[in-house]
Amino acid sequence: MIKQNAIPTIIHQVKGFQWPNIGQLLGAAALPIVGIVVFLGLWSLMAKNIDTSLGQFPGPAAVWEQTTTLVDEHNAQMDKADKFYERQEIRNAARVAKDPSYQPKIRAFTGAPTFFQQIWTSLYTVMVGFIVASLIAIPLGIVCGLSKNAYTAINPLIQLFKPVSPLAWLPLVTMVVSAVYVSSDPMFSKSFITSAVTVALCCLWPTLINTAVGVSSIDKDLLNVSKVLRLNALSHVTTIVLPSSIPAIFTGLRLSLGIGWMVLIAAEMLAQNPGLGKFVWDEFQNGSSESLARIMVAVLTIGLIGFILDRVMLVIQRKVSWDKNAVLR
Amino acid sequence: MKDNQMKNTPHLELTQVGIDFPTPKGPFTALQNVNLKIKKGEFISLIGHSGCGKSTVLNIVAGLYQATTGGVILDSKEVNEPGPERAVVFQNHSLLPWLSAYKNVELAVKQTQKGRSKKEIKEWVEHNLELVHMSHAADKLPAEISGGMKQRVGIARALAMEPKVLLMDEPFGALDALTRAHLQDSVMEIHAELGNTVIMITHDVDEAVLLSDRIVMMTNGPEATIGEILPIELERPRNRIALADDPKYNHYRSEVLKFLYEKQRKVESVSEHKAKKVQDKNTKETDVA
Repeated sequence: MIKQNAIPTIIHQVKGFQWPNIGQLLGAAALPIVGIVVFLGLWSLMAKNIDTSLGQFPGPAAVWEQTTTLVDEHNAQMDKADKFYERQEIRNAARVAKDPSYQPKIRAFTGAPTFFQQIWTSLYTVMVGFIVASLIAIPLGIVCGLSKNAYTAINPLIQLFKPVSPLAWLPLVTMVVSAVYVSSDPMFSKSFITSAVTVALCCLWPTLINTAVGVSSIDKDLLNVSKVLRLNALSHVTTIVLPSSIPAIFTGLRLSLGIGWMVLIAAEMLAQNPGLGKFVWDEFQNGSSESLARIMVAVLTIGLIGFILDRVMLVIQRKVSWDKNAVLR
Repeated sequence: MKDNQMKNTPHLELTQVGIDFPTPKGPFTALQNVNLKIKKGEFISLIGHSGCGKSTVLNIVAGLYQATTGGVILDSKEVNEPGPERAVVFQNHSLLPWLSAYKNVELAVKQTQKGRSKKEIKEWVEHNLELVHMSHAADKLPAEISGGMKQRVGIARALAMEPKVLLMDEPFGALDALTRAHLQDSVMEIHAELGNTVIMITHDVDEAVLLSDRIVMMTNGPEATIGEILPIELERPRNRIALADDPKYNHYRSEVLKFLYEKQRKVESVSEHKAKKVQDKNTKETDVA
């Protein structure tokens, strides 16, 4: 009797349990695909109707073609470099055989950087600028959060410099770097330093503000615990303040990295740092019939990398933060 | 001779304690003329309506607030800053959410008992968790345990500081009735075992009578002060079920209730409020007429 009753209930439950799940799965996978397909359709439709002095605006097909071309160019260049080093080795071996006292020299390959090397340069530059900014912004934010006076003193400066465009900073940074960074054998190129400093200047602010807000809104009870335990200033910061404000700091860091990545492209264009920004600029100046499609490849790459950077920060936040219930998106 | 003197000077003494808070309209006197002498090992409850300054008294003893007038003396030393010899159990446990129960207690031990070896620290942390029956959840984060368990860990952390006075700010206020009863029993056990001096704030009349040696009843603010002090002469250990029918217990209970709801009534009943309104209206009308 009981069994007979139980079976339909189970089936009912299973049905009830599975149906929305399939729907959810379909929604999760299908809807983004629908969005992308509609976008591609609209894009190719519009592209056909836009004529520029460099030919028709590239549609998805032209962009895909250029993507494969860029990969091929990269492989060809790598091949060339390999062969260049191979020839050097053979030549050096021959000279050493002739004259054992000869010290063989390896000269670096000086071919133009490929698209993928430019991506790497951009990533490297943005990370340096971002890390420098974070190393300044987090401690300063903690000071501002702990001391109302410090915050009141610094706040007008934050509000003043926060909205400044990177393009306004760039000429100043360029001139200062040229004047200050003088070395006969520079470890970094000036264009790299200029770009990284500009990125740092623009991505200081979100981290600084969010850290200050996070630190100043720590639970009062926890501050009282610190007082009752008579924690000294350093252990107060390391055991109470920093862990409490980790979620807020990460919110700031993610905003900063997003801004830094956007700023970097503009900075590289003007500073001629051999990254994605310079790629876009060079293609624009080049003005071949393929330039627009190649720039479009760069645009999509920039977007994709920005998205990946944000996801990486999210993964780090999940690892580091104690607040596992926080909604992270 | 000296010993005798020690016995005569109270363990913890509040003398003419008062506090003003600055407001835009000038200072607001929250407390005035609070005088209290507490013996070593005594369990004191502070009871009164909300807003009467019970927490303020506790915070002054803790050193988190500074009294405007008068002062607090603990073992012949003036209290003017917070410290672990006056450990506080906060209403909302206030455990560090990123540390396990064990680590929360360990932080207090490491900070207050420097000079202990690693092994001694570990033993002392475990001993205190055992005292509040929380050894089984030592490695859990605060978010993973119930409200009552968090409060137990909070008590363990306070006890681990080996305080001269244990200050509890409505420690069971946020808990359900059953959990609260469990924790009250635990606190009675611990008090019997360790003999700490305890000051506890409560809203709960039964809790106050059951746990205390003396109940300090506070008048309503502003300018709140101590209204009456009721000594509770019930034998320990006390059993809540046996006491429920005890005439002495019920007498104490009604004394506190009388103080709170007759002498220091805060809220007027609805019918009285209406009557007053009608009266007001009538007087206004007659004024107009």
